[in-house]
Amino acid sequence: MNALRESRKPSFTGEVPRRDFLKLSVAASGGLLIGFYLPGMQPEAQAAAFAPNAFVRIGTDESVTVIVNHSEMGQGVFTALPMILADELDADWTKVRFEPAPVDPVYNHPVFKMQMTGGSTSTWSSFDQFRQAGAAARAMLITAAAQKWNVDPGTCRTENGAVIHSASNRRVSYGQLAESAAKITPPQQVTLKDPKDFKLIGKPLKRLDTPEKTNGKGIFGIDVKLPGMLTAVVARSPVFGGKVKSFNADKTKAMPGVRKVAEVPSGVAVIADGFWAAKRGRDALQIEWDEGPMADFNSKSQREQYVAMAKQPGLSARKEGDASGAIGSAARKIEAVYEVPYLSHAMMEPLNCAVDLRADRCEIWTGTQFQTVDHMSATRIAGLKPEQVQIHTTLLGGGFGRRANPASDFVSEAVHVAKAAGAPVKVIWTREDDMHGGFYRPMYYHSLIGGVDAEGNPLVWSHHVVGQSIVAGTPFESVIVKNGIDGTSVEGLDDIPYAIPNLNVEYHPAKVGVPVLWWRSVGHSHNAFVKESFIDELAALGGKDPFELRRRLLAKSPRDLGVLELAAEKAGWGKPLPAGRARGIAVHASFESYTAQVAEVSVDSGGKIRVHRVVCAVDCGRYVNPGIIEAQVQGAVIFGLTAAFYDELTFENGRIQQSNFHDYPMLRINETPEIEVHIVKNNEKSGGIGEPGVPCAAPAVANAIYAATGKRVRKLPIRMNEAV
Amino acid sequence: MISFSVNKRRVNVDVDPSTPLLWVLRENLELTGTKYGCGMAQCGACTVHIDGQAVRSCVAPVTRAAGKEVTTIEGLSPDLSHPLQRAWLEIDVPQCGYCQSGQIMSAAVLLNEIPNPTDEDIDQALTGNICRCGTYPRIRRAVHRAAEMMAKGGGR
Repeated sequence: MNALRESRKPSFTGEVPRRDFLKLSVAASGGLLIGFYLPGMQPEAQAAAFAPNAFVRIGTDESVTVIVNHSEMGQGVFTALPMILADELDADWTKVRFEPAPVDPVYNHPVFKMQMTGGSTSTWSSFDQFRQAGAAARAMLITAAAQKWNVDPGTCRTENGAVIHSASNRRVSYGQLAESAAKITPPQQVTLKDPKDFKLIGKPLKRLDTPEKTNGKGIFGIDVKLPGMLTAVVARSPVFGGKVKSFNADKTKAMPGVRKVAEVPSGVAVIADGFWAAKRGRDALQIEWDEGPMADFNSKSQREQYVAMAKQPGLSARKEGDASGAIGSAARKIEAVYEVPYLSHAMMEPLNCAVDLRADRCEIWTGTQFQTVDHMSATRIAGLKPEQVQIHTTLLGGGFGRRANPASDFVSEAVHVAKAAGAPVKVIWTREDDMHGGFYRPMYYHSLIGGVDAEGNPLVWSHHVVGQSIVAGTPFESVIVKNGIDGTSVEGLDDIPYAIPNLNVEYHPAKVGVPVLWWRSVGHSHNAFVKESFIDELAALGGKDPFELRRRLLAKSPRDLGVLELAAEKAGWGKPLPAGRARGIAVHASFESYTAQVAEVSVDSGGKIRVHRVVCAVDCGRYVNPGIIEAQVQGAVIFGLTAAFYDELTFENGRIQQSNFHDYPMLRINETPEIEVHIVKNNEKSGGIGEPGVPCAAPAVANAIYAATGKRVRKLPIRMNEAV
Repeated sequence: MISFSVNKRRVNVDVDPSTPLLWVLRENLELTGTKYGCGMAQCGACTVHIDGQAVRSCVAPVTRAAGKEVTTIEGLSPDLSHPLQRAWLEIDVPQCGYCQSGQIMSAAVLLNEIPNPTDEDIDQALTGNICRCGTYPRIRRAVHRAAEMMAKGGGR
C-alpha cells in the first residue's frame, strides 16, 4: 500500500472517492486541533469524568483510557498508540488502558481519510494526532490545577499522572482533577514535548493486551455472543462468479438445531442454534450451481496466458537508459523467469461477523481493518441511515490485509444473512470457506533479461511483470492506477535503487476473475523476491560477491546501504561457516522502511533444506516500541518463509485445489530459525514495520540455497523436502 | 445428557453426541478462550486437556470427555499465576493472540511431562500448534522461562 501513501492519497467521504487529495489535516507541533472532537461525545457514566477529546478519557479512579482508532491484529497498536498519547500526557503508564474506537469520521486515518488499518501506517500516521490529544488533555489538567491553587499555570509541571506546583510543594493527581478539568475549555493550540524529553516513546514497554491474550478472555469476532443469537454458515459457489441455480434444503431443514435456510447473494445460508448444527445442515444441502465463465478456469492455462503476455510490449513502469540497445553490448547475458502463486492470508481466526439487525438500527461485531467501507456497505444493505449503524471492532485474529476489503465481503454477507435470520446472527466461515473465499495475493509471472559489462558490472536490467491489479474494479482504482499501472503491482521495481545504467520495467495487467487483494507487504511480497534474486544472478554472472556488488550499487542510497551493511556485519558475512552451510543476502525498502536480511541455510544430500539463522537489520526511522518491532520483524520473516517454502493455491475446473492447513501448510516452531533483529536508531521520518520484514525472507533464503548448491530458485514455493 | 467436569466444575450438556468438544465449550459453556482454527486437528488452536492430556477439541466428539476432567485456558489459573502465563507476560509472547490459548495448553502438558525441556522437546511438543503471526521465537523463550520459574518453586 506504499502507492496509496505516495502522492496518491485517496479520500473517502461517500460511495465514490473524491479526487481531491486532502493534505494531512493535523499539522506538526503546535498545530490547531481541528477535527479532534467527537460530536455529541458524552463522558462515560462511570468513573470517566474527563473526556477532553475523542482519544482519551481520564477517570476519577486515575484510569487513563486511550481510544485507539486502528484495529489490533497483532501489530501492537493497542500499546504503541497509547504510549504516544500517554507520553505527551505525562500519564502514569500503569494506569493506561486501551479501547477500540467506534466508527466515526473523527477516527479516520489521518492520511487515507477513512477509518482503516493497513499499509503499515498506524503508528506513524497517528503519531502527531495522539501526541496532540495527550498534550491537549495535559494542558487542561494543568489549567484545572492552577485554578484550584490560584497560581499561574506556567509555574506548574506534570509528572507521572499528576500536576505539581514545586514552589508550594503541592501535587494533585489527574484522577482528582478529572471533574474540574472537564469544565475547562479545550485549548486551540498546544505545545508538544521536545522529543528528547520522551519518557515512554522509544522504550520496549510490555504490550497492554498480553494479559487478555494469555488467559483466554480477549474477545475476537468469533467469540461474540448476543442474547438469542443464532449461528450461520453459508454455502458459496465452488467457482468464483458462480450463482445458485436451484437448491433443495429438505434434509437440512429436518435436522435438529437448524432454524432456517435462506438464499443470500453469496449463496445459501444455513441458520442454526450453533455452529455444528449449521455446518451439518450445510453438508446436507443439495445445490445446483450456475458456475459461470470461470467453470473451466485452471492454473495451467492461466500460466500459458501470462507467458504469452510477457512477450508483448507492456506499460512502462520504469525506464533508464536504453535497455534494448544495451543488451547487445553486454559481455555476458542472462535470461530468467520467476513465478509466484496465488496465496491466502490464512489468518488463524477465519472470517466471521455478528449482526444484530432491527427495524431502526444495526449493530455489527467483527474484526475488521476497514470500518468506513464496511459501515457504508452495511448501511446500504440494511437500508438504514448511517447513524443507525454501528460497528464494534473486536480483536482481530490476524488480518494481513484480508480484513481490509473494498468489497466488504464478510460484513455485507452477514447483513444479508441477518435480514433472512430475523434474529441476531453470527456468520462463521470454516477454514475451508476462508481459503476458498478469494481475495488472494495474486499470482505473478516475471520474465527478465540482464547483462554485465566486460568488468562484470551490471549494465542492463529488462523486466516484464505480468499479473492482476489488486485495485482494478474497486473504488481505489481511480486513485491508485496511473497510466494503466497499479502502483502496487510494480512497487519495489519502479524504484529499484541499484545504480544500473539501463533499466526497463514493463507491467502487463492481467484480467482474471479471481478476486485478489493486498496481502502482507503487497507487491513487495513478490517483487522483492524477483529483484533480490536477479541482482544475485547478475552478481554471479559478473563474478562479484553479492554483498559487495549491492553495496557498490547502493552507494547513493544511504538507508538501503545502512541496513545492508548492518545485516552483513551482524551475520558475519564472509566469515567461515560450519560445513554445509551457506549465506544469502537481500535488501529491500518498503512502506518507507528499509530492511536487509542474511539467511544461513544448509541443504543435505537428500535435498532437504534447513534455514538455521536469519539476521535482520531494520531502519524504520523514529520508532515507538522496539520490543514490538522485534516481534513484528520476527513474525514477518516467518510469514515470508511460509510463503517461500510452502504455500500455493492452484485451480482446476474453476476450483481451488487446496483447502486447509494439511495442503496449505504454515511454518511451524520446529522449522523456525533463530531470528535476530537489529534496529537502526536515527531520527529519520517514521516508516512502517508490520510488513517490511516480509519481502527479504524469500530472496535471502533463495540466494543462500544458490550459494550452497549452485541452483537458482526461480519459482515459489520451494518445498522443504523437495530436492533443489 | 453428557456429564463431565470443566475446570473443576461439573457440567451436563444435552447436545448431539457427534458435536466436537470445541463447540460445546465455546457455545454451550461460553468458554471462548479455546479457539477454532481448522476443524481437522492441524493447527492446535483448540487444544484443551482431558485428564491431563493435550487433545484437539475440534475433532474430539464431546462424548470423549464424558466422565472426565477437561481443563481449558480459563481453568489453567484464575489469575494469570500459572508459570506459563507469567512467562508469557514477561516475554510478551502474543501478537494477534488467537493461537495462544492452544500454545499455552500444549506447553502445559510438556512441562508436566518434562520439567526442564530442551529446544527439541519444545519443538516436538508444539509442532502441532500453528502461529500465523510467527511468535515461535518468543514461545520458545517463554517455555524455557516458565520451566525456570517452576524449578525455583513457582510451579504448581
